[in-house]
Amino acid sequence: MAEENAIDDPIPAGPERLVLSDSGLSLSAVTVAQAEPVGEEPSPLRAFWSAFSENRGAVLGLAIVVFIALLAVFAPWVAPHSPTEQFRQSVLLPPVWAGGNWSFPFGTDAVGRDVLSRLIYGARISLGIGLSVMVVSVAVGIVLGLAAAFLRGAVEVVVMRIMDVVVAIPSLVLAILVVAVLGPSLVNTIVAVTVVYLPRYVRLVRAAAIAELSKEYVVAAQVAGVGKLRLMFVTVLPNCLAPLIVQAALGISDAILEAAALGFLGLGAQPPTPEWGAMLADAREFIRSAPWIVTLPGLAILVTVVAINLMGDGLRDALDPKLRRS
Amino acid sequence: MPLLSIRNLSVTFSTARGPFRAVDGVDLDVEAGELVAIVGESGSGKSVAMLAVMGLLPWTAKVSADRLEFDGRDLLTLSPRERRRIVGRDLAMIFQEPMSSLNPCFTVGFQIREAMAAHLDLSRAQRQARAVELLELVGIPEPERRLKAFPHQLSGGMSQRVMIAMALACKPKLIIADEPTTALDVTIQAQILDLLLRLQRESGVGLVLITHDMGVVAETSQRVCVQYAGQQIEMQPTRGLFRDPHHPYTAALLAALPERASGRLLPSIPGVVPGLADRPRGCLFSPRCRFATDTCRNVPPPRAGAELGFALCHTPLVDGVPQRREMAA
Amino acid sequence: MLKLIFRRVALTLPTFVALMFVTFVAVRMVPGDPIEARTGERGIAPERLAALRHDLGLDQPVWKQFLDYAYGLLHGDFGVSIVTKTPVLHEFLILFPATLELALCALVFAIVLGIPAGVLAAVKRGSVLDHSVMTVALAGYSMPIFWWGLLLIMFVSEYLGLTPVSGRMDLINYYFEPVTGFMLIDSLLSGQEGAFGAAVAHLILPSIVLGTIPLAVIARMTRSSMLEVLGEDYVRTARAKGLSPLRVVGLHALRNALIPVVTVVGLQTGTLLAGAVLTETIFAWPGVGKWLIESISRRDYPALQGGIMLISAIVILVNLIVDMLYVAINPRIRHG
Repeated sequence: MAEENAIDDPIPAGPERLVLSDSGLSLSAVTVAQAEPVGEEPSPLRAFWSAFSENRGAVLGLAIVVFIALLAVFAPWVAPHSPTEQFRQSVLLPPVWAGGNWSFPFGTDAVGRDVLSRLIYGARISLGIGLSVMVVSVAVGIVLGLAAAFLRGAVEVVVMRIMDVVVAIPSLVLAILVVAVLGPSLVNTIVAVTVVYLPRYVRLVRAAAIAELSKEYVVAAQVAGVGKLRLMFVTVLPNCLAPLIVQAALGISDAILEAAALGFLGLGAQPPTPEWGAMLADAREFIRSAPWIVTLPGLAILVTVVAINLMGDGLRDALDPKLRRS
Repeated sequence: MPLLSIRNLSVTFSTARGPFRAVDGVDLDVEAGELVAIVGESGSGKSVAMLAVMGLLPWTAKVSADRLEFDGRDLLTLSPRERRRIVGRDLAMIFQEPMSSLNPCFTVGFQIREAMAAHLDLSRAQRQARAVELLELVGIPEPERRLKAFPHQLSGGMSQRVMIAMALACKPKLIIADEPTTALDVTIQAQILDLLLRLQRESGVGLVLITHDMGVVAETSQRVCVQYAGQQIEMQPTRGLFRDPHHPYTAALLAALPERASGRLLPSIPGVVPGLADRPRGCLFSPRCRFATDTCRNVPPPRAGAELGFALCHTPLVDGVPQRREMAA
Repeated sequence: MLKLIFRRVALTLPTFVALMFVTFVAVRMVPGDPIEARTGERGIAPERLAALRHDLGLDQPVWKQFLDYAYGLLHGDFGVSIVTKTPVLHEFLILFPATLELALCALVFAIVLGIPAGVLAAVKRGSVLDHSVMTVALAGYSMPIFWWGLLLIMFVSEYLGLTPVSGRMDLINYYFEPVTGFMLIDSLLSGQEGAFGAAVAHLILPSIVLGTIPLAVIARMTRSSMLEVLGEDYVRTARAKGLSPLRVVGLHALRNALIPVVTVVGLQTGTLLAGAVLTETIFAWPGVGKWLIESISRRDYPALQGGIMLISAIVILVNLIVDMLYVAINPRIRHG
């Protein structure tokens, strides 16, 4: 019922304000009149939450993401063993439902490491990569995108041409090129994936900023003598945020997939780091003898990515009504 | 027996906020070759009622009626397949937005011939010949060339002519024209209306003209049906309606016509059509009615007899004076 | 129309130049001495080093080196592989048909399943079918395909024993010279009984794996595009003509809904080639993707550089073709 009110309420509040300002009351009276209805209208955050929670899939996604994030944060306390400790007497032990024992619930791998512990620590790495890539590429994307939109001319041409090239090279191939140049490591994985996903943020910010620039409030701010930097980051940027947040959320899942692919190819995190993709690569030769060490890391990737995508779809529906397709 | 016979037609949409009754108890008879106008503001349910007759409403709509017959066949009990054999052949429709009503991906000729291919037993060459003939009939020059054109290459007026040609393709018995001129330039409006009237006279097809323009009604139709907020509030022969409207809403509509205005200011009807949330308990027009009483506001009005234009009103007007129920009956 | 094509082609030229620049710079940033990497010799005498630097053009100024590199590319010189000592272009052309065959089969799989699934979901929107299609599409969209491939090998090949585990052909039973490079065609041309069936069997799992993400993308796109189109006035017009639902949906609505889908399918080329790297690695499929990964582990940088250049050029060209196709299927632009 709350969300229905959210739709109905603003209408009665509107005309009152209009009438007051039209009748030429003093400025303070108008401000008071404007301040009052805020209490009745739900705050933007609450309106957003009610729209978001309408989508059951999105809430489920959020719950799973929070759960995995908690596991990652509290890994040292949650995980039963160290992710790198090798229990030589119990190598390739099956999981508990396939005849294993409770000291290694998800079984052990070829050198006797606890699979469950490695998965829990792996969440740290995957989420860490996803978040770092997102933060860096959003930050760089905002700067380059706004620069292209505001400075136009040569800056725009150069930035957008470079983005065109990055897009033209298939994502994984480009990541491979970057890793080949820099050498395989966890940090370079983040760099490589950031380079791959940068263009979508740059293009998005630039397009949104150009669309906003033609609007009257920007012209008004310019007339009022607002400086260029302030205009870019304070006036225009907040109005481009909705699609950016959606893209950023979905970008985390793409980054996790891409990083896992690099790990799988041996170009990402190096052993003995418990990275999910690298765990899969190690497990390839045990397809026949120990299917669980192949199944579980992949399942972890899939569940994480599905959950983030569910959440991202919900974010899009809640934040960006233009994109909403019921 | 009338060609189209509707009794107590209701259409309800199920929306996220509960059911919404867009059409409420509409009655209408259309004889073969007759021209009937349905008038009402936007949102009065006039288009929805006719889309229900055509069977073109989305699945969220629920249609119910005591009688819904076309050409002696009960449209409510027909299977979808049998109904499709009538729709497009004997019963055709012209829409409000000609530009978006033609499929942008197919040529004009394809879209005209398609209707014939679906219903008539004609060869490819015969269909092409008939398409040329139809375009000539609706006054499109160079028909052979126009048949090869895509819709975006035509102007609005030209598109509406094509839509009319498409409706005429299978020689229908009844055409429903849903605001056929509203989306067009003023100068084109008259041309298209004249074309429709000429074709109606010449071919003797029945025509239901949906419009919100009282001026169009006066010039064209034999009978008028006035709708308000989904309800049919009055039905009279055109001449009678213009001489002596019995429902206050009709009277107000007529008073708002520029050519009838006497003072310096054009009279208007205050307020808006009630929506889902603010539906009055009694007469739906009562919040905007000059003559409304407490009864009007609390009790749904009864329907008057033919002598009072079937007005849905507690106090129908005679010569602009509200009549008490007892006196009228 | 011609002007449009010309403009679009002109727009890709700077992208090509920038691409050359990126690959040129990237290879110069590769760790290790280029002479050592190229010759495989260590501790070279100074005179020999100078001679080698001269041979490789490394004593020229950098801008001259770039122009030489660009000149070579334009004349089909993509460098020489350090490992096999054959021209990169030559190796690429031998391997590319395998990748193309795989990518095309994957795309066909994705289109043949994705478009009907999207259409059905849109027509029956809100139904169990719709929800199932969208759930499967979400899973497909989020799938780590290297794991998906291993899973299918584990279940279909190992457990059920239905398809071969890896490779393009059963080389123990069949052998024939490549004619077109496409195994499906070559096996038919060879006239050997069962060869075609073996080629198909080898293609099934890799195609499914590579086609999974495009399938999900196409199904989602078709559904949303179809939902939009189904509300259009011209669909109502088509129904007002008394046409069958099949014709209304399958012809009038779909024809319009496909316009954005074609663009999306075109944009999947990059995804397909990136996915091919993983798929080929898992299934030991002898295509350019696997070759690229092997080049890295063999430190064969000229092969890597040339390969990336060629793959990217193909993606740019396909995107160009898709743009043309978009114009061709959209009458509003064609006659604009």
